[in-house]
Amino acid sequence: MTDQAPAIELKGISKAFGPVQANKDISIRVMPGTIHGIIGENGAGKSTLMSILYGFYKADAGEIYISGRKTAIPDSQAAIAAGIGMVFQHFKLVENFTVLENVVLGAEDSAMLRPSLARARRELKNLAEEYELNVDPDAIIQDVGVGMQQRVEILKALYRKADILILDEPTGVLTPAEADHLFRILENLRREGKTIILITHKLREIMEITDTVSVMRRGEMTATVKTADTNPAELAELMVGRKVLLRVDKAPAQIGRKILEVQDLKVTDDKGVHRLKGISFDVHAGEILGIAGVAGNGQSELLEVLGGYEKATGKVLVNGEEIDLTGAKSDGQSRRKRGIAHVPEDRQREGLIMDFHAWENTGFGYHHADHYQRSRLFMDNAALKRDTEEKMARFDVRPPDPNLEAKSFSGGNQQKIVLAREIERNPDLLLVGQPTRGVDIGAIEFIHQQIVALRDQGKAILLVSVELEEILSLSDRIAVMFDGKIMGERMPQETDEKELGLLMAGITTEPRGPLHEAVEANLATAGGDARKEV
Amino acid sequence: MDVMPKWADVILIPLISILLAAMLSAMVILAIGENPWDALVLMVQGSLGSTYGWGYTLYYATNFIFTGLAVAIAFHARMFNIGGEGQALLGGLGVALVCLYIPWPHWTLALVGAAVGAALFGAAWAAIPAFLQAKRGSHIVITTIMFNFIAAALLNYMLIGTLKVQGSMEPASARFPEATHLPSFQDMFSFGETALFRGAPANVTFFVAIAACIGLWALIWRTRLGYEIRSFGHSESAAKYAGISPTKIIMVSMLISGALAGMMAINNVQGEAERLVLNAVEGAGFIGIAVALMGRSHPFGVFLAALLFGFLYQGGAELALWTSIPRELIIVIQALVILFTGALDNMVRMPLERLFLAMRRA
Repeated sequence: MTDQAPAIELKGISKAFGPVQANKDISIRVMPGTIHGIIGENGAGKSTLMSILYGFYKADAGEIYISGRKTAIPDSQAAIAAGIGMVFQHFKLVENFTVLENVVLGAEDSAMLRPSLARARRELKNLAEEYELNVDPDAIIQDVGVGMQQRVEILKALYRKADILILDEPTGVLTPAEADHLFRILENLRREGKTIILITHKLREIMEITDTVSVMRRGEMTATVKTADTNPAELAELMVGRKVLLRVDKAPAQIGRKILEVQDLKVTDDKGVHRLKGISFDVHAGEILGIAGVAGNGQSELLEVLGGYEKATGKVLVNGEEIDLTGAKSDGQSRRKRGIAHVPEDRQREGLIMDFHAWENTGFGYHHADHYQRSRLFMDNAALKRDTEEKMARFDVRPPDPNLEAKSFSGGNQQKIVLAREIERNPDLLLVGQPTRGVDIGAIEFIHQQIVALRDQGKAILLVSVELEEILSLSDRIAVMFDGKIMGERMPQETDEKELGLLMAGITTEPRGPLHEAVEANLATAGGDARKEV
Repeated sequence: MDVMPKWADVILIPLISILLAAMLSAMVILAIGENPWDALVLMVQGSLGSTYGWGYTLYYATNFIFTGLAVAIAFHARMFNIGGEGQALLGGLGVALVCLYIPWPHWTLALVGAAVGAALFGAAWAAIPAFLQAKRGSHIVITTIMFNFIAAALLNYMLIGTLKVQGSMEPASARFPEATHLPSFQDMFSFGETALFRGAPANVTFFVAIAACIGLWALIWRTRLGYEIRSFGHSESAAKYAGISPTKIIMVSMLISGALAGMMAINNVQGEAERLVLNAVEGAGFIGIAVALMGRSHPFGVFLAALLFGFLYQGGAELALWTSIPRELIIVIQALVILFTGALDNMVRMPLERLFLAMRRA
């Protein structure tokens, strides 16, 4: 093994975007037939490094060796020719093509399609048997679940004779069961001598499946270690550069009166698809209710209804008073007046206006508030700026400059700006969607503390997250959503990821057959349903 | 992190674009056998070399300020109003009705009345496409451009029928009464024997246009409405989250836009022609798009860009008068300026950004 040439060797790779040094003198050796994890916070430079390897960017300096031979990769064609395959976080599939057509797309043998498709069909069958990569070649992409779409992406790479497979955050959209299935596929691939690079920010995955792990921080490769010789705490410290608390410290909940009461809430979208199929739950003062579920099972619609920008039928009571769900006055403004604050799931599309200065974003949604007005007509921009400065200091936003545009802050600091705006309005109910998506570990700790602190002030909190770990560690009670319904409620201390994972896949009782098959069968129908949205 | 300092973005890029357009224009002029330098001197002298020239340049600029502001405010709500032409035509109708059928005691009151009439008619003409966009999702570009044709047809109909002077062969309204005539620059800046701006059409409306620039600036960057318009323009999904009604913003911004386009008629109908004639707008509605693009939808930028296009219009007219350069070529030159400043922005921007990056690293 030792005298073998590495499958990939990068020597002294550097890349700068303007004044930002995304990669600084990075060297890495990935041995063939291994799973090599690359871990690091958002903006650490992982994606840049992989983009260089896949020919999207040109490195300012450094060399790439594939199987010991120096190789230039000016574009993705060259990367494919060198045997590199990439599975992106956001799949690059043609939604209304079949699986087979997607696999062949761009790799046709001739101008006529038939022979290529026939060959691909045979090839796919072989690959499926070899690696447990079973797909239905004639299914249309938009009808199949996320798990299968990802397998199609892997098949695309293998069909192009990839020996080296790069996966960028592959489990972000998967249920725990689907993630397990993916890991089994990766193990099969490793057994057949393929080399795999796994990019992730989840420590658990690194520990579970990789042979070697490299840690990136601020564009530099800070360490490469054998996975067996390290532990999550050490890796987290290497990523952030200081000791981090992986667990959330919180006192037992002091449950108070009922703040939010939801009864038989139903949402049907423009295309007639039922997004919420009659859900009911309550949230009390001093309590965090966590909504677990795979993305696209109605959680977003739930937040939008409560936040005032999606129409629904049913009944919602806040502090015992019913709120209007359909009328012309049912909007974000009316919700804010009722004491509902909302940290939306997608801060870049909803929570912030990326081209606005931080101080303009501080008033966003609350721009009618009296203390932001100079007169009936004019806003008090100076007051907004002062307010922003104070909030930035309290929430440790860096850099603390109200005149910077929102887009120039890191994900974590953007989230702190949103959180500061919503929490400091002293709401009765806080809706939080994906509070730590795309947020670095250091900021996650702070954001979790703020949410718990608000709970301890006796506020009600509705937390929606696709990160099970986050749900388990923050929630005082957990509800699991699947296909627009609540599959069940659990107390965090009485459940585990496995049970929640089954609920997330729509399974309420232990299945008798092999576990993953039942999950798959369910996802093929329900997952497809949930994906028809776009 | 901005790659370039603000001044480079706001001043340097338009300046280089204009220079490139000028160089290309020079080559075209050279190709038809005229001396480009002489042509430039003639343009500058004709438009800026005398108060008479200035009087025309500022007159055209006034038109372009109004139509440019109209496009700019719509841009802030991410609406592309290319119906400025039609809205200005309708504004002219509003001005004509106000001036012809209301007995005004003094021009100051007539100005206010005509401004209201022009704004109302222009806004009303923008309201229909805006409503269709907000409620039915009909694309504003399609509807506003179609409304230009409807407006032209409507004006033709009015001018050969209802508004035509009895017995006259000309498709034009009656002359407006004396009391509605606005003071021209000649009236305002003549001291004893020395009459400045003699015979030029620039009039008091220019100052209304400046006031409109300032007013719009305050609206966009200082008021709650402007804040909501900009929010909606940058991100509709975020605006919905914040409880800003898309319908309201589309309607309000388009009404303001239409009103501004309509107010151009104070200048050309009440100020210059003093009656309503056919095709009074003469393409100023479309020039407004270029002006707003070049002025980056900022009222001050619109003001500067309008001055530039005023210069091109007047200078171009002089060229056509004194040289063998045909009138059509002037349109070519204007089109080149629009092409370089509006459409080819990135062609200048990207090399410049690279240059600034290299300088910063060095």
